Amino acid sequence: MTTFDRRALEAAGYLVVPGFIDLHVHLREPGFEDSETIASGARAALRGGFTTVCAMPNTEPAIDSPGLIAELVARAKAANAARVLPVATITRGRKGKELADLVELAAAGAVAFSDDGSPVDDARLFRSALEYARAADRPVLEHPQDLALSARGVMHEGRVSADLGLPGIPAAAEEAAIARDLALAKLSGARLHLQHVSTARSVELVRRAKADGLAVTCEVTPHHLALTDAWVAGDRTVAWEGRPSPRATPFDASTKVNPPLRTEGDVRALWDALADGTIDAIATDHAPHASVKKDVEYDLAAFGISGLETALPLLLGGVDAGWAALDTVIAALTTGPARVLGIDVPDDDWTVVDRAATWIVTAAGLASKGKNTPLLGRELRGRVVMSVVGGDVRYEGDLRAAPLAVR
Amino acid sequence: MKVTWSRRHVLETDDWSREEIEHVLDTANGMLEVLSRPIRRAPPLRGRTVILFFAEASTRTRVSFELAAKALSADVVNITATGSSVEKGESLLDTARTLEALGGDVLVIRHGSSGAPYFVAQRVGAAVINAGDGAHAHPTQGLLDAYTLRAKLGDLAGKRIVVVGDVLHSRVARSDINALVPLGARVTLSGPPTLLPAAWRCGDLPSGVGYEPDVDRALDGADGVIALRLQRERQEAGLLPSIREYARTWGLTEPRVATMRPGAPVMHPGPMNEGVEIDAAVAHGARSLIEEQVTNGVAVRMALLYLLIAGGEPRLIVGAEPPTSIAGGEPPATPLPTGVV
Ligand SMILES: [Zn+2]
Repeated sequence: MTTFDRRALEAAGYLVVPGFIDLHVHLREPGFEDSETIASGARAALRGGFTTVCAMPNTEPAIDSPGLIAELVARAKAANAARVLPVATITRGRKGKELADLVELAAAGAVAFSDDGSPVDDARLFRSALEYARAADRPVLEHPQDLALSARGVMHEGRVSADLGLPGIPAAAEEAAIARDLALAKLSGARLHLQHVSTARSVELVRRAKADGLAVTCEVTPHHLALTDAWVAGDRTVAWEGRPSPRATPFDASTKVNPPLRTEGDVRALWDALADGTIDAIATDHAPHASVKKDVEYDLAAFGISGLETALPLLLGGVDAGWAALDTVIAALTTGPARVLGIDVPDDDWTVVDRAATWIVTAAGLASKGKNTPLLGRELRGRVVMSVVGGDVRYEGDLRAAPLAVR
Repeated sequence: MKVTWSRRHVLETDDWSREEIEHVLDTANGMLEVLSRPIRRAPPLRGRTVILFFAEASTRTRVSFELAAKALSADVVNITATGSSVEKGESLLDTARTLEALGGDVLVIRHGSSGAPYFVAQRVGAAVINAGDGAHAHPTQGLLDAYTLRAKLGDLAGKRIVVVGDVLHSRVARSDINALVPLGARVTLSGPPTLLPAAWRCGDLPSGVGYEPDVDRALDGADGVIALRLQRERQEAGLLPSIREYARTWGLTEPRVATMRPGAPVMHPGPMNEGVEIDAAVAHGARSLIEEQVTNGVAVRMALLYLLIAGGEPRLIVGAEPPTSIAGGEPPATPLPTGVV
């Protein structure tokens, strides 16, 4: 095993930064091990430079008891890959009917609460959850979505959904939920964290709430920062590319994700919000799926993109395009998420990046069991070559003798 | 002008040129001639197989394709949803594998999910014709509507065609746009705001297309109108106050269609709800081309089957002698459906 020598790596031209913290991953275990396991997901995390990941509790059974948290922690430790921080459900069984035992869950090690994927529709219950989470000194990670408005939608509602004849999810489904959540956060004084914000108006609402002094934070995913709804129609142009990429077949279910890929205007607004600090963290919402859930009709396919291993190169593309500074992006991958959780950045976790390396995304090349990414076959620039957890080199990739310097 | 046919599939005409669409319509002219013969059959696709895979019931479209294939002497294999493995929950991926194993030169697919024909086309060797997918497209309907309008009005350049009704859920509306606009026509959409895609209603429309909620204004001076079928479920889904109000506000009545240009035709993809989106007097009136649509549908589908299978080959049968060589043995093909089912 190589040892981690920061000075030597930097001298060789690598970018060495604190290990990334991902507030939002789906490890699928227990219950959906054909899609991902704690071990495969934690290894995929290291490949992407994420030395810490927060595991969403929408497993089967859902993580809503101290015993399940203990089991999760034990399995993650055995995997000996990225650190896995357990997130517990807000409501028992994620059913949105009654609160889980939030105080006990926090004591058992839950770093936050979330019913991700199934927003708590009942505003009174959600208010109670916020009050309890405040008492337990944990943030509530909320998936903002008005279920009545999003209804049977499968992509962003806009010009592309109109042309394709696919039912749309309007931006307002997210914005209306955020407006409600912000009102309840103000009422309770709790730490509210909004997951995967995806629209221009969503970040504007958060910007104003922050200006009003609310304890609200939010995250954005790399795919919402790079891709648009045009991808559903077969366009493969990354938001900052001037020249259109060759077209792919439309209706490819790898582009189906919730919240859906939005418009170019939304993408620009998300970068602006990242740059001005409205967005606190970049989180992948890594959502691996077995091929049987994705290799189907668009409307029947599961939502989600396998995102851990492609996150950094996508983000570096935006940096190279001048849409945000490298420091801003790195902060949103490290100190930002740590602040959301109220933890310190582990002081001996490191990520080593070869910014000039190019590589092609292939199913076989992904450590995740989820091959569901619309980036398959695409050449990306920038690659994580080493991940260090607690001083221990847990992943080592293709370390070249002398990486090319990047402008 | 000479057009080289290079399409492998007919999934939607959204990226077709004017020349390609005209080539299909011109080829359909010759096919209509075949259909007018005493024995409606020509031999060019003998020994070829057309598979009709209908995962959603539609007798009209299926029969139209079947007649088209048989009129060109192709063998036809029918796979329908009812009683098949589709109904038993077989995945589309498995179905595609089965269809690929069956072989076949052309696979005609009707499916309830938008995009399903693209999914299948990527996984089979046959040429795929989209016979209607979800709310996305129904390109053979768009082409037959373009054919019918061109036969009536001549060059469609500058002509304004109104499409009225449930545009949101209509694959016909989308394919009409994608067949008519390349030919130079303008399309005016009309209907309740809840049954128009929000982006289109708010002005972000395909080029050549406009939205006029008031059907009387939309029809005033128009060169033709296509009424869309209204599903009664839209009322239960909260998209309409009532079917009655819809019929009064957007239904095609005689006084309404009379405000179009003299002789401007009325069309409907069928099946119709008479008294809802169209009055019986209009459906069966002098302007109605609804029966012609049915006949033209067979001719346009013959043209597409022919072009997909033999399009690159210079053995066009159009204008050839009646197929006397087979006249002795072959019974006439099933009579063409007339009237509206
Ligand atoms: Zn979510």
